[in-house]
Amino acid sequence: MSEYLFLVPLFPLIGFLINGLLLGRLPRSMIAFIACVSVGLSFILSLFLFFGLKAMPPEIRIVEQVLFNWIIAGSFHANIGFMLDPLSAVMIMVVSGVGFLIHIYSIGYMRGDTGYGRYFAYLNLFMFSMLILVLADNFLFMFVGWEGVGLCSYLLIGFWFEKKSASDAGKKAFITNRVGDFGFLLGMFIIFWQVGSLNFTEVMASAPQVFVSGGVLITVTCLLLFFGATGKSAQIPLYVWLPDAMEGPTPVSALIHAATMVTAGVYMIVRTNVLFIMAPDALMVVAIIGVVTAFYAATIGLAQNDIKRVLAYSTISQLGYMFLACGVAAFSAGIFHLMTHAFFKALLFMCAGSVIHAMSGQQDMRYMGGLKKYLPITFLSMLMATFAISGIPGFSGFFSKDEILWKSFSSPFGNYILWAVGFITAGLTAFYMFRLIYLTFYGKERMDEKTKAHIHESPKSMTVPLIILAILSVIGGWVGLPHLFGFTNNFEHWLEPVMRKTNQIIAARRINEAVGETGIEWGLMIATVALVLISIYFAYLIYNKRTELATSLREKFSSVHKLLLNKYYIDEFYGAIVIRPLIYFSLFLWKVIDVAVIDGFINGMASSYDDVSGTLRTMQTGRVRTYATIFLAGVVIIIAYMVFY
Amino acid sequence: MDLTSASINFSIIYPEISLLIAAALILVSVFHKSANRIAPYIALIGIVVSIAMIFKQWGHQESGFFGMITCDSFGVTFKLIFDVTALLSLLIAHRYMISKGINRPEFYALLLISTMGMMVMANTTDLIVIFLGLEIMSVPLYVMAGFAKRSLWSSEAGIKYFIMGAFASSFLLMGIAFIYGASSTTDLRRIVADFHFIMSNSPAYMLTGMALILVGFGFKIGAVPFHSWVPDVYEGAPTPVTAFFSVGPKAAGIAALLRIFIFGFANVMMLSTVFWVLAVLTMSVGNILALKQNNIKRLLAYSSIAHAGYILVALTVGGNDAISAAIFYLVAYIMFNLGAFAVVTLMETRSGCKSDFSELVGLAKVHPYLAAVLTLFMFALAGFPPTAGFFGKFYIFSAAIKSGYIWLAVIGMLNSFLSVYYYLRVVKTSYFDSSDKSFIPVKYSLSIIIVLVITVIGTLGIGLFPQQFLNWSQSALFAFL
Amino acid sequence: MFATFYPILFLFILAGIIAGVFVFLSIFFGYRTKLGRKGDPYECGLKPQGTTKDPVPIKFYLVAILFILFDIEVVFLYPWAVISRKLGLFGFTEMIVFVIILLVGYFYVLGRGALKWE
Repeated sequence: MSEYLFLVPLFPLIGFLINGLLLGRLPRSMIAFIACVSVGLSFILSLFLFFGLKAMPPEIRIVEQVLFNWIIAGSFHANIGFMLDPLSAVMIMVVSGVGFLIHIYSIGYMRGDTGYGRYFAYLNLFMFSMLILVLADNFLFMFVGWEGVGLCSYLLIGFWFEKKSASDAGKKAFITNRVGDFGFLLGMFIIFWQVGSLNFTEVMASAPQVFVSGGVLITVTCLLLFFGATGKSAQIPLYVWLPDAMEGPTPVSALIHAATMVTAGVYMIVRTNVLFIMAPDALMVVAIIGVVTAFYAATIGLAQNDIKRVLAYSTISQLGYMFLACGVAAFSAGIFHLMTHAFFKALLFMCAGSVIHAMSGQQDMRYMGGLKKYLPITFLSMLMATFAISGIPGFSGFFSKDEILWKSFSSPFGNYILWAVGFITAGLTAFYMFRLIYLTFYGKERMDEKTKAHIHESPKSMTVPLIILAILSVIGGWVGLPHLFGFTNNFEHWLEPVMRKTNQIIAARRINEAVGETGIEWGLMIATVALVLISIYFAYLIYNKRTELATSLREKFSSVHKLLLNKYYIDEFYGAIVIRPLIYFSLFLWKVIDVAVIDGFINGMASSYDDVSGTLRTMQTGRVRTYATIFLAGVVIIIAYMVFY
Repeated sequence: MDLTSASINFSIIYPEISLLIAAALILVSVFHKSANRIAPYIALIGIVVSIAMIFKQWGHQESGFFGMITCDSFGVTFKLIFDVTALLSLLIAHRYMISKGINRPEFYALLLISTMGMMVMANTTDLIVIFLGLEIMSVPLYVMAGFAKRSLWSSEAGIKYFIMGAFASSFLLMGIAFIYGASSTTDLRRIVADFHFIMSNSPAYMLTGMALILVGFGFKIGAVPFHSWVPDVYEGAPTPVTAFFSVGPKAAGIAALLRIFIFGFANVMMLSTVFWVLAVLTMSVGNILALKQNNIKRLLAYSSIAHAGYILVALTVGGNDAISAAIFYLVAYIMFNLGAFAVVTLMETRSGCKSDFSELVGLAKVHPYLAAVLTLFMFALAGFPPTAGFFGKFYIFSAAIKSGYIWLAVIGMLNSFLSVYYYLRVVKTSYFDSSDKSFIPVKYSLSIIIVLVITVIGTLGIGLFPQQFLNWSQSALFAFL
Repeated sequence: MFATFYPILFLFILAGIIAGVFVFLSIFFGYRTKLGRKGDPYECGLKPQGTTKDPVPIKFYLVAILFILFDIEVVFLYPWAVISRKLGLFGFTEMIVFVIILLVGYFYVLGRGALKWE
């Protein structure tokens, strides 16, 4: 089965080529059919590959397929090769599965858009790049996918490029990501310089011999890689592009900016967990950045009015959780949360899309309310997703988030401060999510009459994916039921082969430190659940029961509210500190260095070449005797040189 | 391998024979009324059969005809290169010839005979047979250059090419005579075997002979200062013929140069200096002269001079890396250069068009795909990744650097930067310029579309899978010398 | 080292001398009359009328060229004929192939009408 591995990314590529080359000349149904089927085939194949892998004994669950040598230059060689192991198997299933549902959802959502063919072509290209990213067997090829998803993200954020805000947002995302890529590239260079290879298996096998554990070099490498990850996965300090990315079509937000692409950073860190575990200082940075981002983004989410922006900050916050997990060396918990998050966050975005669709494009929650009875399916699915993200016991998010919180407390790399911040964030999450639910689906209908007359439940092609994802949001967490409830954690067990080295190191460290106790674990879990329930109650109180409270609270804490509403003025801060000096500096470069110095030089060169060219041209007289003379001169010179040398 | 092998061994010239039979059939077919129509098909069948025969010879190392004809991996690789060139040129030519009213069966026969001559030239170690092949190749070329009898330009091109070609051939023959005089044999293998003895006995004859032979082939590949015919002939000749000129005879000349100077007289130190100067001159003059051209055919003519210069870099360097790089470059060059010529031909089939830059204006709006394809070829010619052109240059220059020819590589790279200017001018004109004249739409034909598909796949394929191609061209390294 | 090049130098010099000698010989020893008659195309008979640059029909050239072509090809038959017994059947088939190729050319010439006088 595994010899068909390369087909997984190939199918979307074929879809992209067909839709892209025909420039949307096909009938719409055909475009959608090609796009969906290509991704659907990838998903089915991923399932087969997964079960094929599962049938193998755990020790040898790694399949590498090298299609061909891509570049060989001296000691450097890069393959076009794919690697299937438990980690990438999970990733391709999530990516192609969620991707497939979002493709179907898009059929309904994008109906009536003039760029139908272009949209699906981009979407397929994205799937191709993302699958390359997760299946690549070396850093360089992964980087190809990494850049590819960045490109698609740019194209899709700016999909409605005639809107200036959309094209600006696209540029912002791209440029911010490039800043991160710089880190990734540098990290890659160090790895190649030290190890002499970029192949994951080789790097991971020889890293312990090459690098000094805890040394400066490995720490720098990991920090650089992590810097790359902060760009792609929207962490402090490079998170600013993600909220703006909401300018793109909503299915794109669901697919790229919630479920798949933004998790690439997490995936990359887990993929290189052997390196990170050797750099405890880097891990600490990852954990701190992660938890601070989680908390910080959640606070911003409290005050946003745009339904998609709330979800965007929530995504940043949840990604922060995943990095927290990585930072405390609970890599499988990170991937677990990545998966459940993919389900419920994609669902949240798609529900938001459904709401926006019904509200004729209105995104501001202040003009919604009471939609429950108009959009029953959307409401129920969104409720499921909200339960999941808030961590109501039994729903998928509960298991993954709880595991992260527990690990951040109990892991040898964790401590109670990390846990405490994560714990508070869990409460905030529940609060802002239920705020969203109450503002949108309950209470007075605050929209205008025209919009109100138009409200309708979305078509089947949109609601069916919602239902499927809603089911997944509920049961998706059951693959990783914790030890605490008397289960073996299947998910962690499944990823064990990837984490073997890491687990050994953790086990070795644990001998010296206190082992987490069951009693504490129970206690912490109950505390979290209690906090979540209290937060939900407050949300209910403020935004449903006594709405006047919201106003009075806002007035009472107006300065805080304003700070949150304006996202801590970070965009303005970056504008003043980074962008404006950069603009002045580039103006200087442009006017002085470029125009005066370089252009002057180049133009001088060009005009002198022009002169030479003109002179030489006069030798091209068109007369055969001139040609013969030149020829003869050449002959004489060559003979003279050779004979009299 | 056996020098005295008295066997005739027809199987080693099956590819040549199939071309010859096809050519003969075409010539006889002129009695028939519909000769014009069937001739291209006969030629097509001849080439395809010839390619099939080549694949049968693949990997065999044989020799025959009393050692006059050889059949080694090197030669067979070049046979395939010539056949592919002929095939693509044929497909490019067909519609053009009809549209210009010069679709006569002779053209196809000449094409085949010329291709056959190239094969002879690349598949022998005997200097006289090389000369014979060169003449079999050249004489049809003279006629092809002047094939558009009614066009003064074309006739001029034919006459000029003929006079200059005869001039150059005489030098070549003189060179062979000198070498024969020194070594009393024309078989390169014997000469190489006794090289030191011959050299010490009569160095003057040998060196003069080598220089003259070098001049003869330098003319064919358009090396500066033997290049002056190139622009006039390329511009005057019918465009598909120019396409054929720009790759076929070049490849043959390179094959002969490789066999004689790289496999044969490898350890004559001053040769590499001569090659060095020739390479630098050829690259620089070709590129500099191309800067100011306003006619695409003429631009491509100068660009083909420059590309010959890049290949000469590989010949200067010598050694296995450089030879395989040269073959790699040649194959890549065939793909994107013929592709570019296919586009130019297509543009010229419109009435009243002479390939001036101004005729490109508006191409991108009317034919976005064609413009994209043209852009791809220009990028490849300029050597941008991930096209074949990039890796071709990359392998040649890295071979040069490895062997210590740093300056040569630097000059080569500077030259390829320079070339970006005029290649991108083509792109710029077809995308961004505007004029009051409206763009006359192009009519596609099946054969041109096939050529474009093949060349695009080739250009991108070689660029995406360079290693596979390099391995392939390394397999061509075995030669009887 | 230099001595080995003498033969070539000698060849060049010899070629120059011979060419030069013949040119100068005719200048020095040639008897020249400066009579007007000398310039006429014919020293006796009718005075020429019109231009000598009348176009000659290309057919003459074609026939002449084709004659030379086939004539020279036929020259190959002589050495073959001398040792044809020794070469035996092999030589015979080779010559047949040669003649067939020649015939193809001949038929082509016929087919194109190059030998038609009208």
